Amino acid sequence: MSDPMTPLAVTAYTATSAIGHGLAAQLDALRHARSGLRPNDFSSAPLQCWIGRVDGVENTRLPAEHAVWECRNNRLAWLGLNQDGFLDRVREARERYGARRIALMLGTSTASIGETETAYRRLDADGGFPDDMLRPAIHAPHSLAAFVTAVLALEGPCLTISTACSSSAKVFASAERMIRLGLVDAAVVGGVDTLCDSVLFGFNALELVSSQPCRPFDAARNGISIGEAAGFALLERVDAAPDAPRLLGYGEASDAHHMSTPHPEGLGAELALRDTLARAGLDALQVDYINLHGTASTKNDEVEAALVSRAFHAHTRSSSTKGFTGHTLGAAGIIEATIALQAIKHGLIPGNLGGSMPDPGCGPQFAWKNEHQRVDVALSNSFGFGGNNACLAFARAGFSA
Amino acid sequence: MSPLRIHIEGIGLWSKHLGNYAALQSLLVGDTLEPPLSKPAATTLPPNERRRAPESVLLAVEVAGQAVAMSGRAPASLACVFSSSHGDQAITDYMCATLASAPTELSPIRFHNSVHNAPAGYWTIATGCHEPSTAVCAHRMSFGAGLLEAISQALADQCPVLLVCSDIAGAYPLVEETGCTQSFGCALVLAPAVSGTTLASLDITLAPSGSVETLPEPLAGWRDANASADALLLLALLARGHGRCQVDAAATLGLHIELQQVAMPGLDVHHRNVEHVA
Repeated sequence: MSDPMTPLAVTAYTATSAIGHGLAAQLDALRHARSGLRPNDFSSAPLQCWIGRVDGVENTRLPAEHAVWECRNNRLAWLGLNQDGFLDRVREARERYGARRIALMLGTSTASIGETETAYRRLDADGGFPDDMLRPAIHAPHSLAAFVTAVLALEGPCLTISTACSSSAKVFASAERMIRLGLVDAAVVGGVDTLCDSVLFGFNALELVSSQPCRPFDAARNGISIGEAAGFALLERVDAAPDAPRLLGYGEASDAHHMSTPHPEGLGAELALRDTLARAGLDALQVDYINLHGTASTKNDEVEAALVSRAFHAHTRSSSTKGFTGHTLGAAGIIEATIALQAIKHGLIPGNLGGSMPDPGCGPQFAWKNEHQRVDVALSNSFGFGGNNACLAFARAGFSA
Repeated sequence: MSPLRIHIEGIGLWSKHLGNYAALQSLLVGDTLEPPLSKPAATTLPPNERRRAPESVLLAVEVAGQAVAMSGRAPASLACVFSSSHGDQAITDYMCATLASAPTELSPIRFHNSVHNAPAGYWTIATGCHEPSTAVCAHRMSFGAGLLEAISQALADQCPVLLVCSDIAGAYPLVEETGCTQSFGCALVLAPAVSGTTLASLDITLAPSGSVETLPEPLAGWRDANASADALLLLALLARGHGRCQVDAAATLGLHIELQQVAMPGLDVHHRNVEHVA
């Protein structure tokens, strides 16, 4: 097990998803139990399902000097970066530490693959990409981080993490290690994924997409609703911002079981949880809220509910917020991290939207409706294809385990 | 700040021209190239998985298996970082072509094999590894960025880490964008401390990028033909046994690598590798 780590300050964060642009809109939707899911109106031949589509992406334009990075994913990234004063906070950090002393770690599962899909729909007579699609930097999974590092004018380590649906949780771990080693003084972390045919038709082929709005942890759940989102956070050492909420710990582990099905006993998920508690120096009793991965797939929710039941005391509260945003895939880690941070800030346990008939495997820890209580410590679970598991622990400023 | 000191315990390499690190060593001392290889054996995978696995997985597993065998470590004990500029280009090509013509006919297996962490998934499943695994990229800087991520994990958590960096060759039309015309994969087992299996020790410093590193032919051509083959700068340095090199890790960031110590002459590495394979 890992040794306890020195917590980091989360000095700024922001989220943009189907429930709105920025933290105020996200909080409002959570408070009023308002889902952002809508009938699928994406792509030329929409599948019968519900999606978490972000309003206004089509009308967002990148700054002229960064037009080379134009694509839906980067437009959503730019839309997200412009919320909650995040750009200003990064600029201040850059002035304080220097551009070389700030790392950028972003998660995405499909980045700008939508542009490559478009190119294949418009191939030339000779089978090649049309001239306006000859853009090597966009037809690469690093396009998101490459765009964001350019637009934020950062010059430190810059990495894309792409481990499917755990991607933008794992960025916190990579950033913490680099700060701990003194390679950088701060890190911008986050993730962006956008709706595209690859994921809509791909998850459909795996028979994992529900034709209705997703119902996490409901006994009659029958699949996920795919969403899109952008979220970012700024991590610094605690002495730079003693009043900011903290990243207390994290854990990562592999199932070693199956490419697209979780380990039946949630082995990797539990290892990631135990590692998180060890790094955070926490006992499970001290956890007030867990934002669950809770995708509404039959298997994930069964395995995760069992883990909550065996690992936590009845007073710990837990819920999935996929019923609000849909499953935002590579962005799920950061979006749900911001919800965990808002739970701490506002004393709000978001209800498990969409679960009207609880699965019998769910214990007393589940918050089916909104609850109001002080939250000192909140966890966020993120699990991905390939058996890739991550867990994050956040706490309010001044919390001492 | 002082350099990051990291120790190499195992090296894996596979391309059409080089079946392992020993083949690179032989080439660099003047031996002629063997005939081109067909496909990576990837014997770490059980036979049924080997038949089903996409080419990107076979390549990554092959070099990972070589490096871990050379290190003598148990594969299940290693955290792993899989880096690739483009993931599986053959699957991207298949998916985009199918989505353009008959989207509802998309293969579910090919979809789950399309995730960037497919090699990490297959590797951890085949080796029973529950340690942290990750999949990363940084376009043409994927080797340097992956190396920095792996070193960071090894030193921060004081654990050995397997780094794999690999890209398969693309096909038209996608290859015009990726520029990967040849397959190339390499792997390193990195450790935070010297051990009985240390092959070489490196001091690594973050530095502004910019200095243009060159390689002799045919390495220079191979490097141009695959984003992951920036690794040849470090592999050639290891084979040479002394000196320094610099690899790009981000648009404006490089890793300056100083080879501090080589535990044993190059050919001994060859022999040790052979023993492990045998």
